[in-house]
Amino acid sequence: MRPFDYIRAEDPAAARSAAAGSNAAFLSGGTNLLDLMKLEVMAPDTVVDISRLGLDAIEDDGDGLRIGATATNSDLAADMRVRKHWPVLSRALLAGASGQLRNKATTGGNLLQRTRCPYFYDTDTPCNKRTPGEGCSAIGGETRNHAILGTSDHCIALHPSDMAVALRALDTTVEVEAADGTSKSYEMDDFYRLPGDTPHRETVLEAGDLITGVRLPAPKGDRQIYRKVRDRASYAFALVSVAAVIRMENGRIAHAALAFGGLGTKPWRDPDFDTLLTGEAPSRALFDEAADVLLGRAVSHGGDDFKIPMARRVLRAVLEEATQ
Amino acid sequence: MTLDLKVDGQSEDRAETYAQGILGTPEDRPDGHAKVSGAATYAADDLPEGCVFGMLVRAPGHGGVTVLNEDEVRGTAGVLAVIRDPRMIRNAAQGTANAAPVQGVDQADYIGQPVALVVAETAEAAQHAAQSLRLRTDGEAGPVNPDDVEAEGEPDTMGDLDAAMADAAHALDVVYTTPSMTSAPMEPHAAVAWWEGDRLTVRSALQMLKYNRNELADSLGIDPEHVRLLAPFVGGGFGSKLGISADAVAAAIAAQELGRPVRVVQHRRQVFETVTRRSETRQRIRLAADDRGRLTGIGHESLVSNLPDEAFSEPVSQATYFAYAGAHRVIGERLARLNRPASGSVRAPGEAVGVTTFECAMDELASEVGIDPVELRLRNIPDKDPHSGLPFSSHTLARSLNEGAARFGWADRPSSPRARREGEWWIGTGMAAAFRVNMMLEAEARITLTPDGAVVETDMTDIGTGTYAILTQIAGEALGLPVDRVDVRLGDTTYPPGSGSGGSFGAATTGNAVWLAAQEIRQAIAQRMNCAESDLTLKDGTAICGNTSRAVVELLDGASLEGHGHVTGGKAFQDVRQSTFGAHFAEVAVSDVTGEVRVRRMHGTFGAGRILNEKTARSQCHGGMTWGIGMALTENMVHDRRDGHIVNRDFAEYHMAVNADVPPLDVHFLDERDPWAGPLQAKGIGELGICGAGAAVINAIHHACGVRVRDLPATPDRVLAGLE
Repeated sequence: MRPFDYIRAEDPAAARSAAAGSNAAFLSGGTNLLDLMKLEVMAPDTVVDISRLGLDAIEDDGDGLRIGATATNSDLAADMRVRKHWPVLSRALLAGASGQLRNKATTGGNLLQRTRCPYFYDTDTPCNKRTPGEGCSAIGGETRNHAILGTSDHCIALHPSDMAVALRALDTTVEVEAADGTSKSYEMDDFYRLPGDTPHRETVLEAGDLITGVRLPAPKGDRQIYRKVRDRASYAFALVSVAAVIRMENGRIAHAALAFGGLGTKPWRDPDFDTLLTGEAPSRALFDEAADVLLGRAVSHGGDDFKIPMARRVLRAVLEEATQ
Repeated sequence: MTLDLKVDGQSEDRAETYAQGILGTPEDRPDGHAKVSGAATYAADDLPEGCVFGMLVRAPGHGGVTVLNEDEVRGTAGVLAVIRDPRMIRNAAQGTANAAPVQGVDQADYIGQPVALVVAETAEAAQHAAQSLRLRTDGEAGPVNPDDVEAEGEPDTMGDLDAAMADAAHALDVVYTTPSMTSAPMEPHAAVAWWEGDRLTVRSALQMLKYNRNELADSLGIDPEHVRLLAPFVGGGFGSKLGISADAVAAAIAAQELGRPVRVVQHRRQVFETVTRRSETRQRIRLAADDRGRLTGIGHESLVSNLPDEAFSEPVSQATYFAYAGAHRVIGERLARLNRPASGSVRAPGEAVGVTTFECAMDELASEVGIDPVELRLRNIPDKDPHSGLPFSSHTLARSLNEGAARFGWADRPSSPRARREGEWWIGTGMAAAFRVNMMLEAEARITLTPDGAVVETDMTDIGTGTYAILTQIAGEALGLPVDRVDVRLGDTTYPPGSGSGGSFGAATTGNAVWLAAQEIRQAIAQRMNCAESDLTLKDGTAICGNTSRAVVELLDGASLEGHGHVTGGKAFQDVRQSTFGAHFAEVAVSDVTGEVRVRRMHGTFGAGRILNEKTARSQCHGGMTWGIGMALTENMVHDRRDGHIVNRDFAEYHMAVNADVPPLDVHFLDERDPWAGPLQAKGIGELGICGAGAAVINAIHHACGVRVRDLPATPDRVLAGLE
């Protein structure tokens, strides 16, 4: 670990200014940041501790819910409102990490967790995400759990979050206070960037930008499913995961919002996929057509070829269950 | 005086006649409370005054190594030294090597080889400085994939297997593969070294101190008599601590150079690379059988790998030689020399992967022949070792199969696959036989009987297996003392040399040495009682002969008695085939949607002679069966095909079975004594539980959903490929 300055911020404004204009990182649960700092994959000069700013509230917000950035994954998963109205979020949270990690990991930190690409973790192998322009070791290497959607010639790293996949299906917005004090709000799709030729820039956040919370709108579907396929029964990242929020009316799909984990360089959602399902009567043919839309855009790399047929099967099962 | 025994023949079961009644019972570990409360000091826990901290530095590539910024790093605050010493070792020594492994820091034979040690005032400064050291390697990767080289070795051949296959009513010719695996002990490899004059003391995480002392001394070029090793508590070994590892040698060198105690703890990512892995294997298995499933031919040919100059070659087919009858045979391994991290013994070297795949092939044969898999095994049990012609010391496979099948409820099983479904889940059951060779090494132990009780001393280790408990029981049983009057002291080379822990031989070998030491004391007590030792009863501190009964404390008269035992495996282990046996049964559910497999229940019946402690033996079997689940479903150390480096070097990405993967494990021990195994009539139990366990799971997958997975582990994608 490289020596760094540690600042415990007294309020959000102080946190923002402490982090602005330097190579700084906000520290909340630390479940990902500290590991990466120990390996010097991340080496901030300044660590600004935001865990005591009181940003951990989970509050009713009209028809929706506002979740503070430092609400822990455990608290959020156990919240009775979440369990009742946004169960896909609760299930996604509980499908991730381990009990110990969820007790520390927070909502904002989870959104920002870094990829598990093994070459990103190995400072002796080139990685464009870690050191821009160095090259990508995953391309041509071991690719069993890499992204097949949203990749570029510079990076095929997967976004590993379960929580963020559910948030995407729930049309969540991310609330940010910028270094200059202005408030901004982002749709999830806009919040995350595609790797392109700058895979080290994963979100739209600028130095000093502080995530203060996320806002869940009222649930748009009563049938919510989170299904995760993984290599072992617990404590493994998704090979494929699907978050589905569906509402049926008169035997037809009135609302369809599906998001995917294990497939994309960011928590993935394809508007064409949702559009194709909406207004239609459920059928095996429809589901397969939708899967064609989603997966027709996939580019796999050998080790991750299996994700395409696996995603197709899981999608079909999830949609059958959600539309019964 | 020493009571010596070379085990050449059968032993009488004296323990059966003893009165204390604590041999075999499920006693708690005497060290258990200290371990769970954090009071037990593992290698890196107990720091001498003035201790400083070292961090190994890995080679980032192959070939000649140049350090680019040594002076800069040496000048960093807190850094005391950057050490690149030709005595540093390339990889951990192999088990029982007794000499230094390949040494040197100028040439990296594999990526991850330790090529420098940075020492600093704090562990954090050392780690940062180690990460700051920039290294250049100038070599291209040598061969790193098993298929890219001409492998060494020829199989053993008997009869004409090709002809047997051609003539067989049923012939099976299949290829199974298993990946590299890691031992993953909870305690990483670590050492604390300090010198007093020319005397070196090292606290380390080690399994076999007698050998480790010689390995360390040879690495350093010093007299082994000048080295003292301490390993009172070891947090798991599984083979990875059989030989001295890079941390201990580097710590000793640094401590000498700096004149201060030095601690070196390997980072978990380093443990993956510097200690020996289980070799990947590619196994061609051929089975020829008549119309009733009786084997006429067996082929088991494997390709394994290791670094150049390593003596170890994964003995994949070690048990295949004697497992089943069949006159025509081609059995053996070929070794590919690769620039991957070194391979070596990992829990049940040979059988863990060899029995597992062979028992999968036997399941395939049972399907071919159309008979029950249990019945197929029963029809092929040999009456003597088919390869050597030697008799078996005991043979409990048939009992294990029959009792295990009854306890598991095997008889209810539908005979064909895909017969049971619950929702999207296919349900199936599978079984496999278990075999593990039984070995005895050499061990010594000393017991001092004082008015307070007995003190047992040997440099034997307890690597989590329960050695403290069973040696307490053995001494207590023989001397008629309750467990709280026996004090077992281990893990110090100033004590008589035990066998060390490994190959399932530790309990029986060192246990028999303790037993012999106790016999010597029994003889002295009998003498004081004026009776024959065979007429002496010792119980709860009282000596009884005929009508005479006296407290042992009185007989000691304020002094102490010392007994010294020395045991060696002899002809009983050469002229007789000794093995342990068992049978595994598993029930699994396979998702028709995702290919995910969940083990729902597992049963193992095992025959291993006398069980010395029913609780710790059971724990060993639970551990082995859990490893079997990991081998079947999750464990896979991935080598980058371009340069051989291990890609997944942490516990998030190297998937061992976690609690949620492990169902209730039911273990049953056969009541057995093996008179050829030594006076205790106990055989090894530490590894039997893993041998074949994974095959029961793989075979259950087939029974559930009809998919044969021949490339382990059976991850969801591989199962799904069969379901598509």
